[in-house]
Amino acid sequence: MSAETTSADATASDVRLYDVDNPAPVIEPPRKRTKKTGRASRGNFEMQAWLFMRLSGIVLVVLVLGHLLIQLVLDGGVSKIGFAFVAGRWASPFWQVWDLLMLWLAMLHGANGLRTVINDYAQRDNTRFWLKMLLYTATVFTVLLGTLVIFTFDPNIS
Amino acid sequence: MATPTLDKAAEAGQPEPGFADSPYITVTFRIRRFNPEVSEEASWQDFQLEIDPKERVLDALHKIKWELDGSLTFRRSCAHGICGSDAMRINGRNRLACKTLIKDINPEKPITVEAIKGLTVLKDLVVDMEPFFQAYRDVMPFLITTGNEPTRERRQSAEDRERFDDTTKCILCAACTSSCPVFWNDGQYFGPAAIVNAHRFIFDSRDEGGEQRLEILNDKDGVWRCRTTFNCSEACPRGIEVTKAIQEVKRALITRRF
Repeated sequence: MSAETTSADATASDVRLYDVDNPAPVIEPPRKRTKKTGRASRGNFEMQAWLFMRLSGIVLVVLVLGHLLIQLVLDGGVSKIGFAFVAGRWASPFWQVWDLLMLWLAMLHGANGLRTVINDYAQRDNTRFWLKMLLYTATVFTVLLGTLVIFTFDPNIS
Repeated sequence: MATPTLDKAAEAGQPEPGFADSPYITVTFRIRRFNPEVSEEASWQDFQLEIDPKERVLDALHKIKWELDGSLTFRRSCAHGICGSDAMRINGRNRLACKTLIKDINPEKPITVEAIKGLTVLKDLVVDMEPFFQAYRDVMPFLITTGNEPTRERRQSAEDRERFDDTTKCILCAACTSSCPVFWNDGQYFGPAAIVNAHRFIFDSRDEGGEQRLEILNDKDGVWRCRTTFNCSEACPRGIEVTKAIQEVKRALITRRF
């Protein structure tokens, strides 16, 4: 029987930084649970966000696949898309509602997904906060800009 | 010192070299060592031993501790898969060392053994289980009832008992919770084990604290942080369908509201 040791004790003989009375810091995981945590409830928000992801996902399958089909496959595919094509579609309230719904659902679905990713992976509270602020700003900007364009679109713009 | 495993390991400790059909093979165990009294760095250490591949990883750890290096530190109590003390990461998967046979985990290659992840490592394979048990306590894992105590046992039909049978099997070894990537990155998450033990009472027809427990698990660090990666179901040494239990709690939370 042989013990092949590449032991930590080998280094200990040179300079002993740590000993019984002066142990090294233990290896802690990020954001440990303590007695004090676990009380910060946020009502039903997490449940609603979870439900929203499932429901918006189902609706988005129809909206996005329909959108891709109309834009890229039917009637000559991508080559037909131009200012006139967009103006023609947005003349109808049906396509306005379709695009508006798709914009809102896709943006909120994606933003909520990224929010959970940030929550899962950002370890420091500060990093998490600022990443989420950046995400929310970008989401609000995109949603508002898109909504503005859909409702104020002028087909006779010069 | 009078455990059955001691005798077993002592017998196994006398391999007869040269004996033609000896069951013993040479296995390398690569163990993640950490001793805060020596170094702040954890490091891998290799141990080679002759062992019967039909022995368990725990027997090998015993052999190392008793015959090669007494400073190796790990937890074990019953050594028969019931106490839940010796969950560790063996070849990159959370298992109980006392239920893992060496022949089942490819002894040709070095077998890696390290502490479970996501909990503070105190020494070698020993972690601080306190955050894990704190999450367990937070879901109130005890019978909650109202009214007078009955003079006889609380009766329950076989079907009602069957409803939560799976989650009664939990031995609190933390193999599931410490295999969860969400728990690794954020220990605030209750973790699968706490949810499993809440499930055990939420779906118990005799219990009346279900609403309180659901409210606790509705928290931002509760069931909604589960990403259904199924690591917990795969890690459970008792074969509990952990992810299914978590999903059932989610469904109960939603159907309760709507």
